[in-house]
Amino acid sequence: MKLFGYELPGMSSLILWGLLWELVGHLELTFFLPPLSAIFQTLMEIGTTKVFIKALSDTGYAFIVGTVSAIVIGIPVGILMGKNRFIDELLLPWVNMFLSAPLTALVPVLMVLFGFGLKAIIITTALFAIWIIVLNARAGVLQINRSLVEMAHSFGASPKDAFFKIYFWAALPEILGGVRIGFIRAVKGVIIGQLLISIVGFGALFELYSANFLMKHFWAVLLVLFALAFLIAEFLAYLERRVAYYAARRSV
Amino acid sequence: MSAKSQNTDNAVSVRNVYKNYGDVQALHDLSLDFPRGQLTSLLGPSGCGKTTLLKIIAGLLPASSGEILVNGQPVSGPGPDRAFVFQDFALLPWATVLRNVAFGLELRGVVKSEREAIAEKYIADVGLKGFEHSYPHELSGGMRQRVGLARALSVDAQVLLMDEPFSAVDEQTRRKFQEDLLGLVKNENKTFLFVTHSIEEAVYVSDQIAILLPRPSRVSEIIRPSGFRHKDTDSIRRDSEYLDIVDKIWSSLRTYVE
Repeated sequence: MKLFGYELPGMSSLILWGLLWELVGHLELTFFLPPLSAIFQTLMEIGTTKVFIKALSDTGYAFIVGTVSAIVIGIPVGILMGKNRFIDELLLPWVNMFLSAPLTALVPVLMVLFGFGLKAIIITTALFAIWIIVLNARAGVLQINRSLVEMAHSFGASPKDAFFKIYFWAALPEILGGVRIGFIRAVKGVIIGQLLISIVGFGALFELYSANFLMKHFWAVLLVLFALAFLIAEFLAYLERRVAYYAARRSV
Repeated sequence: MSAKSQNTDNAVSVRNVYKNYGDVQALHDLSLDFPRGQLTSLLGPSGCGKTTLLKIIAGLLPASSGEILVNGQPVSGPGPDRAFVFQDFALLPWATVLRNVAFGLELRGVVKSEREAIAEKYIADVGLKGFEHSYPHELSGGMRQRVGLARALSVDAQVLLMDEPFSAVDEQTRRKFQEDLLGLVKNENKTFLFVTHSIEEAVYVSDQIAILLPRPSRVSEIIRPSGFRHKDTDSIRRDSEYLDIVDKIWSSLRTYVE
């Protein structure tokens, strides 16, 4: 962003929006929007409480287990779909359907199947993340240079070697893109899970604060969530850029 | 012909090979011998099935019927007796030159220190010393193909299969490659199978040229240049036999060029 000919550092626009928020907050137009500084103050207060730490660790645990399972299952399934026509035709309609389906509507079914606990929340999180990871890994494999596959074959690569030394690496730029979007969707999944299935973690805090009109607290938790999601997404985008150099040059 | 071919020493023999893609007949009853220690070119207009034949010999494509013999033994898949050089180089973009060259050995389970020592030798042989830790995208097209060549040499296969290896590099590099290839055939004691669509290139580098004609593909003629093979690389292009053969091949191929 440029202002009066000066190049501003990245994300300076956030400062501008923050100032605007602060200003609107002080005008006391609505109880819904307290000043940003007051929210940060509240955050400092509740940030060290046991309740908050517990909520953070509960949410973090469900999030990490959910996304890791989505990655561990999603990437191999996507690669296999890209490699094998039969598996692809078998699974692709389901993947596409679940990708666009309103998964929130499925949560009650998950509750019936897996109970009202952590397990159902983790599965909800994984379900939000996994489909885009599968689809991206599949897309990555589909555009692999055929010569690379033939090369590995001609030098006697076993299927396992081909999978880990060719397919995975050749598809890595797309895989990382899918993981990044999957993580963002998983943030949604874990909160929806915590709101609908059992009132724990950040979901419980949202419920508690909004029901009691504690807007400063509400916004404080939301900001923490935004910041975490943003950091994860940026970190994955950084990894993606590190392998992007060969995404465009996979024909070499 | 079969009696004669059993007497001479052939590294690769193609026996009555057919290849069909659905109703399309790509190769029709094709038989051809590749003498050991020599370079044989497969030359023909596009669509004549020369790359298909090379990939069948490599074991990358199955033949619909017929037989491929390598050292007298029938083969049905890739094997350590053959190494392939790809038209588009087929390098791993995420791996260094060193790992790319050693990759064939890596797949064969050679331990790291040993395969890297071998790879370093061949990297130096193809003139890429100092680029061991570069990545393919940092190299020119010609240098990339040298990496592909070093990879094929480092597995020490007796038969080198080259699929239009110089078609993606510029003209000057290509001439240099052709000269280097002559040195390689002389010194490496390997059998080279070389697919090209360039008449001059085929005549320049080959001990034997198999002209393939399309629809359906068969070997129409085998030419063995003899007079200029011992000459030095500079004077071949001015040799009268060289020029005659180029003319002769062109006159038989021109009717197939639309």
